Parts: sequence; structure tokens; C-alpha cells
Amino acid sequence: MAELDLNNVDDMYYDVLREIGNIGAGNAATALATMLNTKVDMTVPKVALVEFSEMGEAMGGEEQIMAGIYLSISGDITGSIMFLLEEKSAHDLVAKLMGTGASDFVEGQPFSEIEQSALSEIGNIIVGSYLNSLSMLTNLKIIESVPSLAVDMAEALLSVPAIEFGMVGDQMLLIQTSFSEDTELNGYFVLVPDLPSYSKLLKALGVMQ
Amino acid sequence: MAEMIKVGMADLKLCISPNSITTLGLGSCVGVAIRDTANKVGGLAHVMLPDSKEIKNNSNIAKFADTGVEELVRQMEKAGALRSRMVAKIAGGAQMFAMQQNSALVKVGDRNVAAVKKKLAELKIPIRAEDTGLNYGRTVEFYPETGDYIIKAVGKPPKTI
Repeated sequence: MAELDLNNVDDMYYDVLREIGNIGAGNAATALATMLNTKVDMTVPKVALVEFSEMGEAMGGEEQIMAGIYLSISGDITGSIMFLLEEKSAHDLVAKLMGTGASDFVEGQPFSEIEQSALSEIGNIIVGSYLNSLSMLTNLKIIESVPSLAVDMAEALLSVPAIEFGMVGDQMLLIQTSFSEDTELNGYFVLVPDLPSYSKLLKALGVMQ
Repeated sequence: MAEMIKVGMADLKLCISPNSITTLGLGSCVGVAIRDTANKVGGLAHVMLPDSKEIKNNSNIAKFADTGVEELVRQMEKAGALRSRMVAKIAGGAQMFAMQQNSALVKVGDRNVAAVKKKLAELKIPIRAEDTGLNYGRTVEFYPETGDYIIKAVGKPPKTI
């Protein structure tokens, strides 16, 4: 099997990855709508292979505070996935979920323990439905680990998947999705299959022989 | 007019006084700041992985602790710094998430810190101060003039080491 070089992906790979992003995020939006009991719209995801040095900027600044939910995946494909949510979106979501109404947002305001577990759960559901659709689409078995939450600077959170990508190249695959209900929620998926899993994914999707 | 030079992830740059140098949001990566105490030639490397020899695709030497520190020192020497007058300060190497099960990621922050220390010891460059480990991100600013290394983290007052 020819080894896949992430620095040399052609347009077709992008189209497939965009489609994976689209379907996955669509499912995640539905899960979010069910959870919040409202209608949730979603924009077409932007898929980009981003240089490490430009990653933070792609998310609105290296020091932009974000909530990151990270979990590892195993089964037919292995690697990890991270879902990142802008700080304000995270606060809005938690308030909505807990029925506390929109609180006055203060930048850098820490999440309480109960808010953190709500956030973990939100992330778990969103990532879970994302992976679920990926699994259905590819017929590959995907098992997810327990989620882990951190609220910190975008660049610091991204260093974790970047290190995984760093073992194969100098770029990282970023899938940006905006959900909106009453307010807009900006979220990002960073899917990090290891190299053999990439080939497996693309094969399962019929893109690669 | 002094300016602040920015170093990205898996990158390294020289910085000569009165300029300063920064890298934003170090997570598990390590920010290695080195300066010549006499002529104030300094530099900063933002390394991601401990060992270039463990990885096949290792063309970006700034990415690894071993080759990154070596290259920074080489560039500093080219700019007139003397190895015998060099001192270092390091920051970063956090574990951002409680659960990082992927084998390659287990304690990668700790391993990055250890690899940087090993390389600095090999080059006989003493470490004057460090702010490493734990579980939060750090933005750093380095001033080769004074050797001040300022560490900023979310929800914490900045500190100088």
C-alpha cells in the first residue's frame, strides 16, 4: 500500500474530507438540537490543511480561550479527535443546557465544576454523533475513549493533536463548523487518524484503491 | 525601537537585544530561551517532540528538542554568541488533558522537557530557571537584554523567571 503523504493530498481527498465533515457535523447538529430542544442550523464546514504556525490564527488567535474536548479513538481506525468551542459559545451552551439563561459573559471567567461536566457531556454527545456518522459511512468500527476537557488558549490545546500530526508532517487537518440556534456557536473539529487509518478511511470511502 | 519577534509552533528564531521574542500558547511543547550573557544575543525555540530519531519525517529540525536546540545554538554562534557564555530558561511541557491515551502522547510534555534538558546538558549550557509541567498553557516573552522570561497563563498573574 502506497503511503499517504498529507502534504500531497489532491482535491478529491479534500472533497471527501469535506463530505465527512459535513455529514458528521450534520449529525452533531441534530444531536445538539435534541439536547437543547431547539432548531440548530449548521454552515457547510470549511476543511483545511493548516500549517502548525498558522493554526492559532485560523481559530481567531493563538491566545483565544477555548473549551477543548479530547478523546482517543480505537477499533478499525486509531487516532484521536478534538472538538473545540469558543469560550463565549461554550458559556452560552452550558447556560442553555442548564436552563440558567444567558449569563453576562466575562472573558476568562472560569467554568464551575458542574459547568465543566455539562461541557464534557456536550462535547461527548457532539463528538459521539460525529464519529457515529463516520462509522456508518465507512462501515468501520470506531470506539471512543472517555472524553477529557480543558479550557485554555487555542494554541496550547491544539498542541496536543499537533504533536500527533507532527509525527507525520507539519500540517494539521482542521474542520471548521458553525452551528447556530439563537446565537451563533463556533466550533471546530480536529480529527487525527494515524497514517494507516487515513488510508483505511479513504479506502472505505472508495477514494483510494 | 525595540520590537517583539514572534515564533510559531515547531519554529525557532534569533533575537538580539534590545528586541524581545515571544511564542504564544505553549501546551505540551517547550519554549527554550537561550542567551549569551555578554553580548545579549538570544533566541527562542518552540519544540514539539522529544526526539528527531524516533520519527521518519524529520526534515523540520525546529520541531524536535534535540535538533531544535542544536540549531538554535548554531545560529546564535553564527550571530556572534559564545557557547561558554550561554544560559537557558525553559517553559511549557504541560499535560493539557487528563486522558491522553495515545501511546505517542503519554507524558509527551514531560518527555519534551527531559529531552531539552538532556540536549542542553550535552552542550554544557546551564538552565537558570524553568516553569514546566502541570496542566495549563503558557505564553512566554523573552528579553535577551536582562534574561527575563515572562510566563503568562489563563487566569493567573504573569510571572517572571
